[in-house]
Amino acid sequence: MIYEEVTSGSRTRRTLTGAASVLFALQIDGPLVVGLALIAAFGLVVLYSASGQSTATVVRTALRLLLGTIAMLLLARVNPNFLRRSTPWMYALGCLLLLIVVAIGHIGMGAQRWLNLGLFRFQPSELMKLAVPMMCAWYLHERPLPPGWTSLGLLSVLILVPVGLVAIQPDLGTAGLIAIAGALVIILAGLRVRVMVALLALAAVGAWFGWSFMHDYQRKRVLMFLNPQTDPLGAGYHIIQSQIAIGSGGVFGKGWMNGSQAQLEFLPERSTDFIFAVIGEEFGLLGLLLLLMLYMFVVSRAIYLATQTQDTFARLLAGSLALTFFVYVFINAGMVTGLLPVVGVPLPLVSYGGSSVVTLLAGFGILMALYSRRKLIGS
Amino acid sequence: MPAVRIKDHWREQRLFDQRALICVAIMGLATVGLIVRLFVLQVSRHDYYAELSQGNRVRNEPIPAARGLILDRNGEVIAGNQPAYQLELVPEEVPDMQQTLTRLAQLDLIRAEDVDELERTIGSSRRFDSVPIRLRMSDEDVARFAVRRFEFPGLDIKTRQTRWYPNAELAVHALGYVGAISEQDLKHIDRAAYAGTSLIGKLGVESAYEHELHGANGFREVLVNAQGRSVERQGAFVPNLRTKAPGAGEDLLLSIDLKVQRTAEAALAGHRGAVVALDPNNGDVIALVSLPGFDPTMFGRGITASEYGVLQSDIDHPLFNRALRGTYPPGSTVKPVIALAGLTYHVVDPQAHRYCAGAFHLPGSSRVFREYHNEHHGSVDLDDAIARSCDVYFYGLADLLGVDRIATFMAPFGFGRGTGIDIGGEKPGILPSRAWKAKAFSRPADRVWFPGETVNFGIGQGYLTVTPLQLAHYASIIATRGKIWKPRLVAAYRDPRSGQIRRVPAVPEGEVTGIAPEDWQRVVHGMIGVTTRGTAAAIGAHAAYTFAGKTGTAQVFTVGQNEKYNAKLISERLRDHSWFIAFAPADEPRIALAVLQENGGAGASAAAPIARKVLDAYLLGADGKLKPQT
Repeated sequence: MIYEEVTSGSRTRRTLTGAASVLFALQIDGPLVVGLALIAAFGLVVLYSASGQSTATVVRTALRLLLGTIAMLLLARVNPNFLRRSTPWMYALGCLLLLIVVAIGHIGMGAQRWLNLGLFRFQPSELMKLAVPMMCAWYLHERPLPPGWTSLGLLSVLILVPVGLVAIQPDLGTAGLIAIAGALVIILAGLRVRVMVALLALAAVGAWFGWSFMHDYQRKRVLMFLNPQTDPLGAGYHIIQSQIAIGSGGVFGKGWMNGSQAQLEFLPERSTDFIFAVIGEEFGLLGLLLLLMLYMFVVSRAIYLATQTQDTFARLLAGSLALTFFVYVFINAGMVTGLLPVVGVPLPLVSYGGSSVVTLLAGFGILMALYSRRKLIGS
Repeated sequence: MPAVRIKDHWREQRLFDQRALICVAIMGLATVGLIVRLFVLQVSRHDYYAELSQGNRVRNEPIPAARGLILDRNGEVIAGNQPAYQLELVPEEVPDMQQTLTRLAQLDLIRAEDVDELERTIGSSRRFDSVPIRLRMSDEDVARFAVRRFEFPGLDIKTRQTRWYPNAELAVHALGYVGAISEQDLKHIDRAAYAGTSLIGKLGVESAYEHELHGANGFREVLVNAQGRSVERQGAFVPNLRTKAPGAGEDLLLSIDLKVQRTAEAALAGHRGAVVALDPNNGDVIALVSLPGFDPTMFGRGITASEYGVLQSDIDHPLFNRALRGTYPPGSTVKPVIALAGLTYHVVDPQAHRYCAGAFHLPGSSRVFREYHNEHHGSVDLDDAIARSCDVYFYGLADLLGVDRIATFMAPFGFGRGTGIDIGGEKPGILPSRAWKAKAFSRPADRVWFPGETVNFGIGQGYLTVTPLQLAHYASIIATRGKIWKPRLVAAYRDPRSGQIRRVPAVPEGEVTGIAPEDWQRVVHGMIGVTTRGTAAAIGAHAAYTFAGKTGTAQVFTVGQNEKYNAKLISERLRDHSWFIAFAPADEPRIALAVLQENGGAGASAAAPIARKVLDAYLLGADGKLKPQT
């Protein structure tokens, strides 16, 4: 009896050790991967219901997740120093591709966000979600922190050029996210509080200025946010229906595939930007709390990893990637619950479509690469 | 020269950790904010949103209730419901709308001139809703479509309930009809109660008893998606949807006796006029005729503009309810009540004779009031004056009474006001008096009551006007020697399921008081005289019962002072209206009636024979003898 217990116990230990060694070999952080996997799995379950029981949608998303995972695993093995050195090239390439997209958009018909590479469509703005914070971290790597005025000026240019190019596509949501990713690097670098206040004031002026340059549909979204009831069947419809979906879900939800708002298509964009409302309707408050807990766990773990890295580039980049992930979650949840205006930001790892899944997982790959190499750098 | 800043890795690490901590704190706060928001939506306001979501997904589809039947007093159906075929089309299932409609027009299933209109209607309907494109198809139409069914995907024949009047025009003015709900109707009905119904009662019993006939609509809850298309299930399970069966409308049992109604309509056929027969003991309307009539069915199936135009422009006004809304001078039919007034006010001795030389001279005036056809009745007493309808006698009597006493005395008999019958549209007529005239005219010279007008009043000419219903009501008051009942068409309700009958109690309206029984008897005796030896003696001959009556001839065209009335010489439309009122049996009256034939000439020749037929139809059994009292 005793002997058996001991052997079984040791077998378990051995297996764990085995798994850990595999993770170590892949230079992957176990808790982070588990957190991401749980979110993705929950996402696929919800997506099956939210897409109206479309197996094809679920399979396509699973394939994208697989692609993202491969990107993550590959990037996790890259040497951070190589990553840092190639950053300016990546940034320059991204800007060039954005210029091409804008040019094609001008020549062709109307808005365009992607490049057709034959095999797949590629959105250069997705690349910039990673390239901009990388560029900012690269710039600050060798310089003393907190950054001075000259640095700030240069960083602003580094951020605003790609942001501007994305904004005129026009893709205001992504442009904002890229700007936030860059800004987070600067904030983490120790930007002084009084400078932040000054910049916020500047942003307010900029917002007023931006308003005059906005497209009609973009303005409408902002106005709808302020008062969704003014146009219940027009642009305000999204917000009203998503609040009905979430509110009617109650604490326990209506059950998987039983959300009337989602299943009967009252909820628009149910499988993409508004999938958060589907979870709220079918899995209730408990389902949303579980999801938010998973997200918080992933973000906390990512920030912890960031604090454990040992050079400026790694720290700033990892921190920015972790916080950007949270910003995605907050903006999406905020817009679906009516706290924020409706901007086209998907719920990370859960919403259907787009190359964002790949970008997100690639970001986590970079984060793990930065973390796992800390000892190598230290030695 | 600025100081050269050196990178301090330890300090930068600390700065980063500090910033990371602040970010985590802000993140935590944001998450708490989000959770509070979720709590508000999903816990505090859950009920509100749950209701909104329920309203989103469930639509109530009304199930119209079957309209109550209308039956006569013997249980014969006057108005029922019948399934009718209609052609319906589901737009999204029709591959080529233009071609489909053209082909239907070729087959004569729709009219070519309606194609554009139909296309508009279809265009404005939802793609998945069935649109009726042809109502009330004949069996032949149905067959013609059925054999070509395969040519028309998306089209189908559906049945729906429509109002059905098996006797067509019979009693239409009592019955009314059902027609499309109009803007006017929408103002005073509960729209929810009429969802799923396109028809509503118009006029007559159909309108007055709309509430009882309509019943309560049921509903069926249907799951709908955001486009409003009904779907069978939602997600993985079929939700529990409620259905409420409609409550059929109540059946109405009318007091009308269709046998009497038919007799009356047949007797009056080909003429304009009205017959109203009442049961003097409770106000039951036994027959209510107004001719010409129209077929009520065409309103229910959707009357076309041209059909309506024909009815509207018909010189005989078939849509006009003469029995309730036609106001005519009553002529000599008022003589019984004038006689009663004379007796009651003691201005006449019933035994005293007056000499009739065919004309009456009003004292102090040069005006001559002539006898009808310039007859000479010679010496007449009250009894004779009624029986032979002596105008000269009543000219004098009216002059003795004076207009105010006549008007006051006649008022309780229902003149000048509605009888209160249980269907709408009744006109009150005019009971003139000095006060009435002072108000009715604008020129001061016209507001004065002239003595000559009182004289004419005595024979029912002048300002006095009545409806046939009022005269029948008046006849029934004399028949019962003063008892007044409110006329009513609906005698009972019948529960359509249990068959249980709920009687509507008769409504007593008091009595005419202050008239001595012997005076009633004298006047009734005079009226019996009318049918035995007086103006209508030919009509009363060989009757199986004694009956009291009074003829009346109402002038349409005023004959000059020195001219003679010659029916043959004046246009048919200007001839006198012919009246007859009667009740029978005279001592135990079971029926009282008024007959009007427009431009029929003398009462005795046109209206009275019709009255006799109606009385016979009601009172006699198959053996031709008086039916025993039930």
